[in-house]
Amino acid sequence: MARVILENVSKYFNEVIAVKDFSLEIEDKEFVVFVGPSGCGKTTTLRMIAGLEEITKGNIYIGDRLINRIPAKDRDIAMVFQNYALYPHMTVYQNLAFSLEMRKLSKKEIDERVKEAADLLEISELLHRKPKQLSGGQRQRVAVGRTIVRKPQVFLFDEPLSNLDAKLRVQMRGELKKLHERLSSTIIYVTHDQVEAMTMGDRIVVMKDGLIQQVGKPLDLYFHPINKFVAGFIGSPTMNFIETELIGSENRLFVQADGFRLRIPEERSRNLQNHVGKKITLGIRPQDLSKASAPVEGETIEALVEIIEPIGNEIYLDVKAGRDSLIASVDPKTRVIPHQKILLQANLENIHLFDPDDEKALL
Amino acid sequence: MQIQAEERGWLRLRNAFSTLMENRNFLGFLLVIPAEAILFIFLAYPFILGLWLGFTDTVIGRKGDFIGVGNYVSLLKDSTFWLVTYNTFLYTIVAVLFKAILGFVLAIILNRDFKAKGLVRAIILLPWIIPTALSAIVFWWLYDSTFSAISWSLIKMGLINHKIDFLGDPTNARISLIVANVWRGIPFFTIGLLAGLQTIDPTLYEAAAIDGAGSWKRFRRITLPLILPLLAVITTFSTIWTFGDFQLVWVITKGGPANATHLFGTLSFQRAIPGGHFGEGAAISNFILPILVLCVLISFKYLKRED
Repeated sequence: MARVILENVSKYFNEVIAVKDFSLEIEDKEFVVFVGPSGCGKTTTLRMIAGLEEITKGNIYIGDRLINRIPAKDRDIAMVFQNYALYPHMTVYQNLAFSLEMRKLSKKEIDERVKEAADLLEISELLHRKPKQLSGGQRQRVAVGRTIVRKPQVFLFDEPLSNLDAKLRVQMRGELKKLHERLSSTIIYVTHDQVEAMTMGDRIVVMKDGLIQQVGKPLDLYFHPINKFVAGFIGSPTMNFIETELIGSENRLFVQADGFRLRIPEERSRNLQNHVGKKITLGIRPQDLSKASAPVEGETIEALVEIIEPIGNEIYLDVKAGRDSLIASVDPKTRVIPHQKILLQANLENIHLFDPDDEKALL
Repeated sequence: MQIQAEERGWLRLRNAFSTLMENRNFLGFLLVIPAEAILFIFLAYPFILGLWLGFTDTVIGRKGDFIGVGNYVSLLKDSTFWLVTYNTFLYTIVAVLFKAILGFVLAIILNRDFKAKGLVRAIILLPWIIPTALSAIVFWWLYDSTFSAISWSLIKMGLINHKIDFLGDPTNARISLIVANVWRGIPFFTIGLLAGLQTIDPTLYEAAAIDGAGSWKRFRRITLPLILPLLAVITTFSTIWTFGDFQLVWVITKGGPANATHLFGTLSFQRAIPGGHFGEGAAISNFILPILVLCVLISFKYLKRED
């Protein structure tokens, strides 16, 4: 088990920048998730750590070793691929044993380790099957098993759950987390699914266009996103963004939208003085909008219900306030019909404000 | 009244016809008739006729009679036939082996990424595209005892001091023909195997690299087992064609010197057409049949096991 350190790691494919100045220290036994939309460079970074992609610039250390020039097989890492990459002509047993054979372990030791991993992952009955005789979930387990027999220093996961159906994905999420606790190993996990990132990671690295946007614990990212991209990427349904103007003075600041105005809490208004009279982007999560009983100046929004999406434990309402569309996540007992007027209470403590030019968070 | 009745009759007929056309079995039968007819006329009929001729004493100008296995018995006593059998097996085994090895190597090289990959792949196909009779004539010139460009080059380079007798010496003639056949047959292996190599998921190699396999181990443990079923099929096809080869041999040596390069195909032709003994010629051809059937069975058995 080991720390992984990336120093200003960059990757260019000819002129195209895939990853730029990626710096991160991953602690021993930490579960780190790289998350971002496709093409953000997360997989490329993982592949550079694995040794499948050359590093254009910067250094990567595993433990105390600089591994830039060390071939993949000597880096003491193991990887689970998105499509599992199980050897189709080998049985499950042979798939698990392959890396141990390559390392010239004795037959007896290989057998012990394969059976131990198979037990752990509950695939002992499948050892004599070929990959194509397995279901998606079983293949997934074999792919994980292939990595743990090796007892490597670092585990790399490249979108391992994206080929599973939704129910299985939730189940495997939990199992992988348990496995991490059991193996107490360093894991780097790549996904485009923010829910996966939030539920699994000790720390999350949000990436976009080859750049790290923010690194932090899941709830830190949720409550304190440092820019509009992170705010919009983390959380579901996605945060509402509304173009507004900051008005008022001193301790009574408001954001003025087309159809409503919201008061900025006093303790948060101090740093906003130079933005008064300018455009500002308001961000408010659907969960911070609830049904209000009576209008309150600067706290409630009058809106028209357009679409109703009952989820079960909550109802998503697509509403229109003036020109702006918003999504509100309200109590499932709320009775509404389309085209009905509704009064929404904003949780002012949790509103976010962003500079409309550089999209950085204000406050 | 009469016109109406006629119209009704016509209508009934049309309805019956369209009902018939809706019938899957009938329509299916109807649609395969043209293809079946072509196959029968050009494949099945000559094949059956050939089989039949082998059991008759037909010669040019006279309709033969059924003589049972007479042709086969006399062939088995014929030393030329045994020499030709030896030639054919030697030719096939050596040529197919070299075609498979060289074709595979070339496929692996072409499977890599390099500049002008498309162009090189197209060039590789040339021996396959050129009509065999044409390339055979070129080889014939290359092997000519007086005008051989190969001999000329080697003499100019100072490697040899006299012209090589490519086609006059039995061993030389056999080697020369095998070389020509290998040259012509490599592209089939290369293109077939290249297509197979491209279907192998590249992440398998990445997984194997991380698992600790070097390039030889990756080839031995990933590429080879995954390509083997395809290799078996391609080898079967190539064996069938090489075993029945005719054009190259006929153009370059006509079976000489001293029958050293006669194959089943050329001997059969020689005895049947210039020699006029249709029955005997057909019987020689028929000897090829059980061997090829065996080839196909072995290959199918192997394929089934892979599945």
